[in-house]
Amino acid sequence: MIENDAFGLIYTGDANMQLRELTFSRSVAAVQFGGRYRAIDFMLSDLVNTGITNVGLIAQRNYHSLMDHLESGKEWDLHRKRDGLFILPPFVTHDNTGVYKGTVDAIRSCRGYIRRSSQRYVVLTGSHTIYNCTYSDMLRQHIETGADITIMYNTEPPFDRAEQYDDLRLTLDDDGRITDLALNPSKTKVTNCSCDAFIMEKTLLEYLVEDAAAHAQFDFMRDVLVKNVNRLKMYGWRYDGYVARLNSISAYYRHNMDVLKKEVSDDLFNREHPIYTKVKDEVPAKYVGSGTAKNSVVADGCVIEGLVERSVLFRGVHIAPGAVVRNCIIMQASEIGDDSSLEYMILDKGVTVKSGRRLAGHSSYPVILRKGTVV
Amino acid sequence: MPKKKVVAMLLAGGQGSRLGVLTKSMAKPAVPFGGKYRIIDFPLSNCVNSDIDTVGVLTQYEPLALNAYLGSGQPWDLDRNNGGVFVLPPYVSGSSGSWYSGTANAVYQNIPFIEQYDPEYVLILSGDHIYKMNYAEMLRFHIKKNADATIAVLTVPMSEASRFGIMNTDDDDAIIEFEEKPKQPKSNKASMGIYIFSWSVLHSYLAADEKDITSQHDFGKNVIPALIRGGKRLYAYAFSGYWKDVGTIASLWEANMDLLGRRPAFNLYDKEWRIYSKSAVMPPHYAGEDSDIADSMLTEGCEVHGKVRKSVLYAGVKVGHGADIADSIVMHNAIIGDGAVIRKAIIGEGAVIGDNAVIGDVRTDGDGDYDTALTGDITLIANTVRVANGGRVPVGMIVKEDLGGAV
Repeated sequence: MIENDAFGLIYTGDANMQLRELTFSRSVAAVQFGGRYRAIDFMLSDLVNTGITNVGLIAQRNYHSLMDHLESGKEWDLHRKRDGLFILPPFVTHDNTGVYKGTVDAIRSCRGYIRRSSQRYVVLTGSHTIYNCTYSDMLRQHIETGADITIMYNTEPPFDRAEQYDDLRLTLDDDGRITDLALNPSKTKVTNCSCDAFIMEKTLLEYLVEDAAAHAQFDFMRDVLVKNVNRLKMYGWRYDGYVARLNSISAYYRHNMDVLKKEVSDDLFNREHPIYTKVKDEVPAKYVGSGTAKNSVVADGCVIEGLVERSVLFRGVHIAPGAVVRNCIIMQASEIGDDSSLEYMILDKGVTVKSGRRLAGHSSYPVILRKGTVV
Repeated sequence: MPKKKVVAMLLAGGQGSRLGVLTKSMAKPAVPFGGKYRIIDFPLSNCVNSDIDTVGVLTQYEPLALNAYLGSGQPWDLDRNNGGVFVLPPYVSGSSGSWYSGTANAVYQNIPFIEQYDPEYVLILSGDHIYKMNYAEMLRFHIKKNADATIAVLTVPMSEASRFGIMNTDDDDAIIEFEEKPKQPKSNKASMGIYIFSWSVLHSYLAADEKDITSQHDFGKNVIPALIRGGKRLYAYAFSGYWKDVGTIASLWEANMDLLGRRPAFNLYDKEWRIYSKSAVMPPHYAGEDSDIADSMLTEGCEVHGKVRKSVLYAGVKVGHGADIADSIVMHNAIIGDGAVIRKAIIGEGAVIGDNAVIGDVRTDGDGDYDTALTGDITLIANTVRVANGGRVPVGMIVKEDLGGAV
């Protein structure tokens, strides 16, 4: 099986400042999504559902909550004797300060893991692009085309400047070969946008990062991909499913809200290849008294005594009687006091809104309350 | 093997024939409960929360569902290097070996399992009750009383005492007499079927009971009375709290309803005493634009577009537009069609109710004669049964096979 001839390498060092408060205390990979998940659940499940059983995860900063979430990897069936999940935190050696100068440096620092991996191909991904897709077809295409590097992409209209983050645009010829790559281009017309997933032979990856580092170049996208577009045979592999890029707070808000749409939810939570996550043993959600929810996603452990509309409630949220919550994302274990009202808010974990408070953002600018805030 | 202070033996052999079609292909402990649990999750979680990490599950009826469910024991933290959860079916050894002939015989046949751990105490549990209980406290009581056997008892209304095994005790909680379903009860301390024995005492009584050809090899009927006759120290440990035998359709339905409301009769939202279960890998539930949900419990994988009142929806249930469900239990992955009406019913796992079907409809003369002895006024649709579009099932009926044409 070709699936078993690949290993996964996930870079979780993304430092997207545009996610503001959400990434103050956690890496992008650990950001919550869709009522019970974290971004990393999608990357890991995609690899596991492909049949890949060897996954390296490069941790860089703020990775405590990520480690807490992953544990031994058993929820993803990656707690194994042969291969499994390898968390690769930074460490200090004579030629490594422990602080990576960029993605190239980060990949290079785990060359021991890469060398020991017995598989021929590597699926390299970032941690801020969410989708539910296996890599089998992409891997097959990679082998058939004889490509050096295959880049997964989808159709995405150009972003505003404020929403650009690792925005890699692909220009393809009729055969799907990449003729040009542009990173964070301004005023581009190219709609082929990289999904932050790359396949190549591991020996090529090893060579490319060593070569880039030797030339004091440290950004994988800019220095390895963009600069080598004419030297290497790169192909695009088109994905037509739903893709959520956690580029900014408004993108984060929009994509969470998209989960309320049936077609998005059926795509992201496809029963054929489920998204695995850490099990919390919460009780089912309960509706009490006049409490009700409409057009909302509600996780287990929630107790709803007020009114919830067009919102995403993570596990263990309590909505007290008389509270009205509309167009909100409320993360784990937040308490919404009675007769309060919330609109267009993002509440991070464990936020308490006392009774009678009125809080509102705007559809174009949802307001975030940091983890543990008491209002 | 390192010694264990306590080994728990969970009697999961019950066929649960009074649960009718719900136990057609699974033992009673594997019957789903409360949205995401199975009955056996309660004694298992109680064990783990009481720091008891070695549990033998004695089963001989339809073990597949139970075996598949328990797996390595990981969801209950019972995948241990030393100890853990073990399914113990009857087996043949040499030319001997037989089915379990009674609860005591089941434990007797597994003496080698218990002896591996050289325990001081053995906790006997049954797999058909819903409750939260700290067995460690019961063990402390057993040790404090220097007892040979301790039986957990629940105070029941005097009027109902004749339905239970009743313990008559002295002022110090010592058991002086045990009466199985007495016509004239002298006390209202009902046995909960939870026993702690000092292992050396139980071992000898099990061996003696096995030799007694008149014995039915049952804990309640034979072993406990023999201990009392033998002058052993038996104590009644009073438990106060929710405890329900879910051995009947009505009690299973009631126990689910007991989870609902602001102050439920049985509270699962207790972070100190979590009930663990094997979770389905499903997204959070979705309440649709046209949904109207109140006074209910829903869990992961549910998708609701209709009206739901005072009901418990298990994982992966789909409720169509305009459907109307009240006072009902809908088990895993059942599909309720658009416009279907469900009244006071139990819908089995994977059942499909067609559009505009009516389940639990008022009985009319045209419905003919059917047996409601098991169900009373609760309508029961068996697992994976399909009821056709526009189909109708009158109150109290049990539907075991597909009803009507296409769905």
